[in-house]
Amino acid sequence: MTPDPWVVASEVRDPEMPMLTLTDLGVLRDVRLVDDTVIASITPTYSGCPAMATMRDDLVHRLTDAGFPRVEVRIVLEPAWSSDWITARGRAALHDAGLSAPGPARTDTGPARTDTGPIALTLGPVRRALTCPRCGSGATELVSEFGATACKALYRCTDCLEPFDHVKEI
Amino acid sequence: MDNVYDGLLEGDSSQWAFGTDFEDPLAGVDTTVPAGVDGADLATYCLMLGDDALVLSQRLAEWCSRAPELEEDIALANMALDLLGQARLLLARAAAADPAVVPALPSGSPVPAEDALAFFRDAGQFRNVRLAEVPNGDFAHVVVRLLLFSTARLATLDALRASVDTVLAAVAAKGVKELTYHRDWAGRWFVTLAQGTEESRRRLLGALDSSWPLRAELVTAHPVERSLPGVAADQSAVAGQVDAVLDQVLAVAGVDRPGKAPLAGVGGRTGRDGRHTEHLSRLLAEMQSVARAHPTGRW
Repeated sequence: MTPDPWVVASEVRDPEMPMLTLTDLGVLRDVRLVDDTVIASITPTYSGCPAMATMRDDLVHRLTDAGFPRVEVRIVLEPAWSSDWITARGRAALHDAGLSAPGPARTDTGPARTDTGPIALTLGPVRRALTCPRCGSGATELVSEFGATACKALYRCTDCLEPFDHVKEI
Repeated sequence: MDNVYDGLLEGDSSQWAFGTDFEDPLAGVDTTVPAGVDGADLATYCLMLGDDALVLSQRLAEWCSRAPELEEDIALANMALDLLGQARLLLARAAAADPAVVPALPSGSPVPAEDALAFFRDAGQFRNVRLAEVPNGDFAHVVVRLLLFSTARLATLDALRASVDTVLAAVAAKGVKELTYHRDWAGRWFVTLAQGTEESRRRLLGALDSSWPLRAELVTAHPVERSLPGVAADQSAVAGQVDAVLDQVLAVAGVDRPGKAPLAGVGGRTGRDGRHTEHLSRLLAEMQSVARAHPTGRW
């Protein structure tokens, strides 16, 4: 008996943040069986995310190993991925791995935007209410809005002095 | 064994990071040209937006290992990657809208359409604004260039979210989120350098003075844009938003708005028409040389 293709696809992990499955990350949008072909749809987190090809290869590999002879991976661009789609389980997994999970994404860059003026500029310091994922202290400071991958900012805890990654709101 | 790496992987090529072959960035996406829209014009418009991103991405990549601090080096590389991703989607959209824009390659070449557009066109076929192609200067220069570029691109992509071309609208909706971070980064550094030392302010004002004449091309409607109502962003609305944001940054920074006139085109033709500075062909020579030497190569 072949397994549920959704369950198989759900277990594929993000190559950059392997504590997250594609479902935890919110990039697996649809898995369906059409005749003997599994069609899995994923959405990019960032336009230039180099992990997309690996996700595609891993989906093909896992589903083929699970007994599905034909696998097709499609890209879904709309609606654009938001960090709000990272699940509660995903957020807990990020924390357990020493990463800080994103807060709510700003609304004026999302599909709900209704006003017609320019998207608000932020010239002052970026302030997020974060806690250090290692020691739990709220005394943190932003080192850079751009970190080791497109989706992360770099922070430092001013109590335990450890640096940590924060998954950015987008 | 012919290839030592095959032994390491025991024939399982999926273990290579980032895949082993090309893939279509629009796989499964409906790329039908909307009814009543001219595919050739749509392709040209996508080339404008895609070439802006591609050429500036290349310039930003040249900063790699040269920025004054590691964090800023990483920031510039991140922004280059975002723009490269946008370029890839937009060039793929151009190729799908009008396959005639894609350069012909030797039969059997595995090079996908978006790579053929990136690596096998000459400077005169690029549609990017000249602001994207001029050589890197100092750190103040990259701050000013990114402020001018990302302010205009963010307003343009924001407007494009309502485009009747659903592919363009979706690419724009993603890009808006990315460009918001780019513009904030540039705006904050602009203020920091303006209010820093005499030297940082002197360099910032110099960079603004030299870049300002290149700004107009970003917010001037090209005939191709005017021929695509409902598809292309309305540049008059974009220009108003751009002015508002730039005035806000200039006011906080305590910097006067430059009065320099836009850099003229050649016979009225500018980067959008394929008339570039001499710097673009040198940039392309470096960017394209390996791909052109191996038009049937697999990477």
